[in-house]
Amino acid sequence: MPELPAPVSQPTAPAPQAAAPVSQPTVPAPQAAAPASPSGAVLHSPLRRRLPNRRLALVLFVVMLSLLAAVVCAGIALAPTATATDFSQKNLSPGLGHLFGTDWMGRDMFARTTAGLATSVLVGLLAAGASACIALVLGMVAALGGKKADGVVLWLVDLVMGIPHILLILLISFALGKGFWGVAVGVALTHWTSLARVVRAEVIQCRQAPYVALARRLGRGPLDVAARHMLPAVLPQFLVGLILLFPHAILHEAAITFLGFGLPPELPAIGSILSEAVTYLSSGMWWLALLPGVALLAAVLLFDRAGACLRSLIDPYRAQE
Amino acid sequence: MTDKAQQLQGDVRPVRRVLRLPRVFSSPFGASALFVARQLLRFALLLVAVSIVAFVLVSVSPIDPVQANVGQAAYLNMSEAKREQLVQYWGSGTPIWERYGAWAQAILHGDWGTSLRFNAPVPDVLAPRLASSLALMTSAWLLSGVLGVVLGIVAAVWRDRWPDRLIKGYCFVLASTPTFWLGLVFLVVFAVWLGWFPLGFSVPIGVSASEVTLAQSIHHLVLPALTLSVVGVANIALHTREKAVDVLQSDYVRQARTRGESTPSIVMRHGLRNLALPALTLQCASISEIFGGSVLVEQVFSYPGLGQAAVTAGLGGDAPLLVAIAVLSAAIVFVGNLAANILYGVIDPRIRTRRSSLRVLRRGELLAEEAGERRPDA
Repeated sequence: MPELPAPVSQPTAPAPQAAAPVSQPTVPAPQAAAPASPSGAVLHSPLRRRLPNRRLALVLFVVMLSLLAAVVCAGIALAPTATATDFSQKNLSPGLGHLFGTDWMGRDMFARTTAGLATSVLVGLLAAGASACIALVLGMVAALGGKKADGVVLWLVDLVMGIPHILLILLISFALGKGFWGVAVGVALTHWTSLARVVRAEVIQCRQAPYVALARRLGRGPLDVAARHMLPAVLPQFLVGLILLFPHAILHEAAITFLGFGLPPELPAIGSILSEAVTYLSSGMWWLALLPGVALLAAVLLFDRAGACLRSLIDPYRAQE
Repeated sequence: MTDKAQQLQGDVRPVRRVLRLPRVFSSPFGASALFVARQLLRFALLLVAVSIVAFVLVSVSPIDPVQANVGQAAYLNMSEAKREQLVQYWGSGTPIWERYGAWAQAILHGDWGTSLRFNAPVPDVLAPRLASSLALMTSAWLLSGVLGVVLGIVAAVWRDRWPDRLIKGYCFVLASTPTFWLGLVFLVVFAVWLGWFPLGFSVPIGVSASEVTLAQSIHHLVLPALTLSVVGVANIALHTREKAVDVLQSDYVRQARTRGESTPSIVMRHGLRNLALPALTLQCASISEIFGGSVLVEQVFSYPGLGQAAVTAGLGGDAPLLVAIAVLSAAIVFVGNLAANILYGVIDPRIRTRRSSLRVLRRGELLAEEAGERRPDA
């Protein structure tokens, strides 16, 4: 996992250090105290002081989330500008006045992109949240509901994974008459599978834990045990899974909108911006497609990295990386 | 038999007792027969379910196929009788179950129905599209597989140095890249600016189908296939890297190094053998993603394949075509996953000797799940 900018500045022989990070604790004491001493008196002290891994991950996580929140706020604030047309300023390439240029109706592409990004992120949040709830419920049912329930849920997972996601979302969106709800429900109904498997595996593992058996013996009902003892144990994995669902959801939302089955064209969305841009590509208006796509890519990457940070923070198996 | 093996046998036995298999199935041949039978059953069940789901979804749609296909003005000016006739043609009047019953009955007789949008039998519509889609997907599949393995090995050999950082960065960025946007960028760069490749379609415009040369088809295939494979590389490269790092730290590689073998020779003799099969398994399991990506890529490049047909059918409310495509894609994905599961048994003979097809499936599914993690938008 490359999420953290690796500490490049190792004063002495970096190769063995990288191969065996376990050897570090053998000289713990001077590490904290040593300031940057170029003489190499303390062999293991880093030249540059840096934040501990966990704190760094936390800071990165918070920064990324606030960046995304800022994008959403900016998008909502810019929504009126995004739809304002100005025919005296059409087809401008990117410049100081219009960072991302303008389109054939003189709309400012930066405002449109930001507003579209905000819509995409919000739809993604909604769909991913709903999807995660489905995953939680079905995963719990599979793990706790006996063999038959388990079989049914696993078969459902097989079924949903058996059709390519894009095609299934397209079908669901079509069934709901396209538009906002079509794409939101479509994404929500297709993205729960792997998370449901994770939840199921976690709960099955947890079910065999002594404290759960004890709670049962003490006469707790199954729902009570599920809520009090299993939910807290599953929650970390679940949260990480939820955050890692966002990028998928956002990308799928954009893809489906691009195909014409998603958000209506009057709503600013990256997918519809790009699908409209297709017509103008051959006339050399590259900025219509390039820059909104880069913005979407950046947002998805932010979510993905934020999820990785969160994972390194709360997943016990990866916390040491 | 060791203790551990006995323990494992002990795990399996109750399942056997419940199943009460006839004696035939305990022979090695019988076990694989059972495996095949079970897979066939799964396959049939899946296809039935997919067809029902697709059919219901298409049928409950509030989008009126008549209005979706006939222009607004034409619809308003149409006589009542004509409208009635169109409703009959598109079948939007009859209830779902009747239509599904009729459809299923026809399917059992080998009749896939008539595409309403293209006004031709569904197999006639799909056959040429399937061929061009398969050409696209296969070339992308091969290209991304080879490229991914090579990049993964390069990253592992130069672990934590700049080639590794570069490749990992590339993979992480690509995993977040919208496929269709990348297609648009390629289109702008290679077709509009450089003019190396055509803007779209699978054949040149204004040339009759019989006169299209292979070179022309390939010329049209390059950009879509490139887009699809560049996006597909990320997953396989990261996985191969992890595996290759393990291999390069193993005792036998260390031994080979002390013998004085060079790194290229180690990679060829010890690396590739260990890495090729897992990579192949992963590629098989990722067919669903490649299919999903091909829908988008075909739309961007106006490449007439299954994906584009699905979008056209969906926009036009063409139920028979849409259902046929859904079933076809599910079949393709199933075969890919099955191949991955079987290959997993080939890689790890411990699973095969246990003769428990169930366990093979679980492992394969886990692998497929890991694979599914990285490629978000397909």
